[in-house]
Amino acid sequence: MTQNLLKLRVQNLHKTFTLHGRGGIELPVFQDVSFDVASGECVALVGSSGSGKSTLLRSLYANYLPSSGKILINHHGNWVDIASVEARTKLEIRRETIGYVSQFLRVIPRISSIDLVAEVAIAGGSPSEKAMEAAVGLLRRLNLPEHLWNVPPATFSGGEQQRVNIAMGLVRPYSILLLDEPTASLDAVNREAAIELILEAKKQGAAIVVICHDEIARDRLADRLFDVSQFKAAA
Amino acid sequence: MNALLEAQSVGHSYAGGQLGCEDVSFRLYPGEVLGVVGESGSGKSTLLGCLSGMIEPSQGSVRFDAGGQGLRDVFSLSEPERRLLMRTDWGIVRQNPRDGLRMNVSAGGNVGERLMAVGARNYTEIRGEALDWLTRVEIPSGRIDDLPRTFSGGMQQRVQIARILVSKPRLVFMDEPTGGLDVSVQARLLDLLRGLVRDLGVAAVVVTHDLAVVRLLSDRLMVMRQGRVVESGLTDQVLDDPQHPYSQLLVSSVLQA
Ligand SMILES: Nc1ncnc2c1ncn2[C@@H]1O[C@H](COP(=O)(O)OP(=O)(O)OP(=O)(O)O)[C@@H](O)[C@H]1O
Ligand SMILES: Nc1ncnc2c1ncn2[C@@H]1O[C@H](COP(=O)(O)OP(=O)(O)OP(=O)(O)O)[C@@H](O)[C@H]1O
Ligand SMILES: [Mg+2]
Ligand SMILES: [Mg+2]
Repeated sequence: MTQNLLKLRVQNLHKTFTLHGRGGIELPVFQDVSFDVASGECVALVGSSGSGKSTLLRSLYANYLPSSGKILINHHGNWVDIASVEARTKLEIRRETIGYVSQFLRVIPRISSIDLVAEVAIAGGSPSEKAMEAAVGLLRRLNLPEHLWNVPPATFSGGEQQRVNIAMGLVRPYSILLLDEPTASLDAVNREAAIELILEAKKQGAAIVVICHDEIARDRLADRLFDVSQFKAAA
Repeated sequence: MNALLEAQSVGHSYAGGQLGCEDVSFRLYPGEVLGVVGESGSGKSTLLGCLSGMIEPSQGSVRFDAGGQGLRDVFSLSEPERRLLMRTDWGIVRQNPRDGLRMNVSAGGNVGERLMAVGARNYTEIRGEALDWLTRVEIPSGRIDDLPRTFSGGMQQRVQIARILVSKPRLVFMDEPTGGLDVSVQARLLDLLRGLVRDLGVAAVVVTHDLAVVRLLSDRLMVMRQGRVVESGLTDQVLDDPQHPYSQLLVSSVLQA
């Protein structure tokens, strides 16, 4: 039943960067991008480096502002265009509906890893004890050594940071997940742990958009591929 | 949810015609933190003054919802009403703690005074609560009877914050809260502010020239230039994908925010 429920609808999305500092040159990235993602479905964005995969994913999270087009988010059963809605609603959608794992971790400094993960759950409405339990469970499954839990991730290795990042993205039962290279800096064992967690979220109905150069991981996660380079706008 | 504060086409020109700010409109909701950045002289402090009842704007209106009674024009309140608002629902963190503290009153007295202003009378309770708040801002309990002038700048700033938060305001205005402090003290103060804003769910308007401060504290951001708001949006969007030429310049001038 839930399999056909649409969670995300991208309609005629267009993004051009205008670099005012460089004489206002225009940097067209993509145009006329449209696709839908349903509950329990995973779409992998593919395309050459610089084709706009991360730009598209960031737009879906309202971190980048599209030049035109719509990004309709199924937010508690209502369609909301995250590209045009007021800032307050964008934040609410991020808290309650969309989880995002960026390519590189960027977090509030000086906060321990476990608190970073738990805070996401608390912001989404979990009581603090439950949030802490969920954080512990995830960090354990992602094999983050326990002595690192109380340390801020600033000094972590790339793979350790990425596991904190994944835990932050999966600690809530988000109905939409946006993942930019979630497994890139992980070794085989940890990659497997991350894939398992993402597949569980998918089984529970998350609509997932992922960028993943690693073909083994991509094949296990994605139901279909979406080639962003096909939408290259003329310069 | 109803807005807590609403600015409608707020503008102010100083005597002699010097433009302070113009045509600023936004709504702030309970628990939201709005950052205001922009070059020196762009009107940030003027705007903050207008919002916090200190400068009567020459154009537009500022409305505030005191105690869930709906939005009311701040400048149509009577003077005593406005003063009460400033001591209870609002807190103003001054850039210079000397402007926000009574320098000839002890740290504990500075905090207790705000409580008395909202009706507390029991000395032991007032002292207890003052001590509790000074501890929360990491002032050692042994210093409660010391005068602020015997404190370092960072400590004074923390006493000022305790003084303001003790009355559980719903809205806090901050003008360069970390200005003039050295970097490690700034970091601690920011962590503290962030924690308090979170835990208490207070709304805030934070004026700063430091993009790292807004990245950390604010949900939304307004970029000001020559008295006007040139761009506004989610803080991370404005910093990562700035649209206006001036915002792009501002973001590209710092190494990493
Ligand atoms: N904030 C920005 N401002 C200006 N240009 C940007 C910005 N972000 C991305 N771009 C440009 O947009 C284009 C697409 O970049 P993007 O990061 O989306 O590529 P990608 O497909 O994710 O590549 P990769 O596989 O290397 O990660 C590039 O030309 C990039 O320089
Ligand atoms: N009391 C005053 N009388 C006349 N002009 C004033 C007064 N206060 C500020 N101004 C002018 O109004 C403009 C805006 O000043 P404001 O203090 O709001 O800027 P700001 O953005 O806070 O700058 P900064 O980052 O340097 O603190 C400036 O041109 C300033 O010279
Ligand atoms: Mg990328
Ligand atoms: Mg100023």
